[in-house]
Amino acid sequence: MSATTTERMAPTPDEDLTRIRNADARRGRLVRGVMLTVGLIYVSVLLLAPLAGILFYALKAGLGAIGQTFGLQDVQHAFLLTFIIMVVTVVVTTVFGVVVALVLARDRFPGQRIVSALVDLPLAISPVVVGLMAVLLFGRGGLFAPFFAARGIQIMFALPAMILVTVFISIPFVIREVAPVLQELGMEEEQAAWTLGASRLQTFFRVTLRNIRWGLLYGIALSAARSIGEVGAVLIVSGAIQGRTETATLYILRAFDQYQPQQAYIVALTLAAFSIVLLIGIELFKRRRSAEAE
Amino acid sequence: MAEIVAIEHQTKRPEGRARPPAGAALRRWSLRGAAFVYLGLFIVLPVGVLLQHGFSGGFENLRAAFHTPGGKAAIRLTLEMAFLTALINGIFGTLLAYVLVRMRFPGRDLLSTVVDLPFAVPTLVAGVMLVALYGPSSTVGGWFEEHGIHIIFAPLGILLALLFVTLPLVVRTVQPVLLELDPAEEEAARVLGAGRWTTFRRVMLPALRPAIAAGCLLAFARALGEFGAIVVVSGNIPNKTLTAPVFITQLLTPSAYVQSGGPDAAAAVSALLFGLAFVLVLITEKLVHTERS
Repeated sequence: MSATTTERMAPTPDEDLTRIRNADARRGRLVRGVMLTVGLIYVSVLLLAPLAGILFYALKAGLGAIGQTFGLQDVQHAFLLTFIIMVVTVVVTTVFGVVVALVLARDRFPGQRIVSALVDLPLAISPVVVGLMAVLLFGRGGLFAPFFAARGIQIMFALPAMILVTVFISIPFVIREVAPVLQELGMEEEQAAWTLGASRLQTFFRVTLRNIRWGLLYGIALSAARSIGEVGAVLIVSGAIQGRTETATLYILRAFDQYQPQQAYIVALTLAAFSIVLLIGIELFKRRRSAEAE
Repeated sequence: MAEIVAIEHQTKRPEGRARPPAGAALRRWSLRGAAFVYLGLFIVLPVGVLLQHGFSGGFENLRAAFHTPGGKAAIRLTLEMAFLTALINGIFGTLLAYVLVRMRFPGRDLLSTVVDLPFAVPTLVAGVMLVALYGPSSTVGGWFEEHGIHIIFAPLGILLALLFVTLPLVVRTVQPVLLELDPAEEEAARVLGAGRWTTFRRVMLPALRPAIAAGCLLAFARALGEFGAIVVVSGNIPNKTLTAPVFITQLLTPSAYVQSGGPDAAAAVSALLFGLAFVLVLITEKLVHTERS
């Protein structure tokens, strides 16, 4: 109280400065508060409100409707197919992804930057275009069509094409997460293991794989999330044959077309729940990875 | 372990390469071979075939695609929507990156996780969510309809879907650069009498510009090709809400084979989209790289 009176009577330059500083700090807090509020509102409206919307409308019909939807043979088959595609995709992109990451991080050869850019290519290509590329390769009149037709192997409108396009789309994730980790680690620990008499394979499984595990798991989680959600490419190459080549996402599309949004909501919510579990895994792996990097 | 590493340091070759154990060349070539075959078969071959088909008749195929009803409008709508998406998320994405990096508040980790939500949630599910929330039969959607704002089966819905799927691209591109910026520079500017806005514009923005541009380009490229999030939201009305990726799928349905170029016209539009997206991603990589070095 006394401070304010002296200030009012005869403000010394020092007190003036404090007052300006205080006012500035107050305005700073205000600006930051406004920014935080705007950010939170944007995220809430754009990301969280739709999540709440589907939660509400999928559960509104009650447990009976949910049970009924999961009881449908088409729904069960669709989830099974999505699961198979996810597992195969994750295995292929993980095994070959680690190989490519090793080559990119530790090998030196001309054109390395081009190869590195190639890896990112699937991120730039629309899934629809990926589907089209499969049509051009395996569809009627396609480059490989005669070869497989002669051997009676069905690629298009069947599981193989669906897996191929999903693998294409999921290629970058493991490579992009693992290659930088390998690059930063260097070779010292591996060389130590060799010096101590470990074989190449032992070294890989005990040292290299152990060192990259969080980055690898992060890449795998991203791959898995991407492969359960793929729809554009799979729609084109599968023909979306009900009960045969219909994945969970394709089932959602058909349910919408047939004016059964309730079932679409329930299947979509299931996929969303699964992907949110993956997301939590992703966040954990990311934190572990950056914690280990320090 | 530390001792072993230390010893290893001493015996390490100057270039930092592994001492070649027996059969190293063979191993290296089999690893290289596996990597090249994998990328060659899965990436180079399909892309090559696409480009060959797309441009096989010069620009004939593209012209055919343009003349297919709805073709030109679809490409235009896609470009417009992608532009708006990049612009809006460029602003809000940068703001969110700033909030996440420079502010400490309870629930910051939660916000960071929520921003990644679109990376995990399938794009189609994102579209379904928007239909559930804003569809004419829902409470919220009904309210908007009453006030003359159409979201589902309208461009606004497409925009919302694209904003949803591309938000983390901008935030996660700007965030690492912002993390490395030294707050001391901003403080120095403030002490020297620059206002908050001037400090942002003259000190932070020049450093952040490449990252923001890269994030916007990524969002733009992603929005060009997005299918899943849009297909259930837009209603796909030709000349109104039909976007290029959905147009491509329609060209590939059997009935379209007869009317228009079919796969070749689809290949032409695809090659166009792909070319654009690829160039953008290349520019992005360049932006991000020059920044790091």
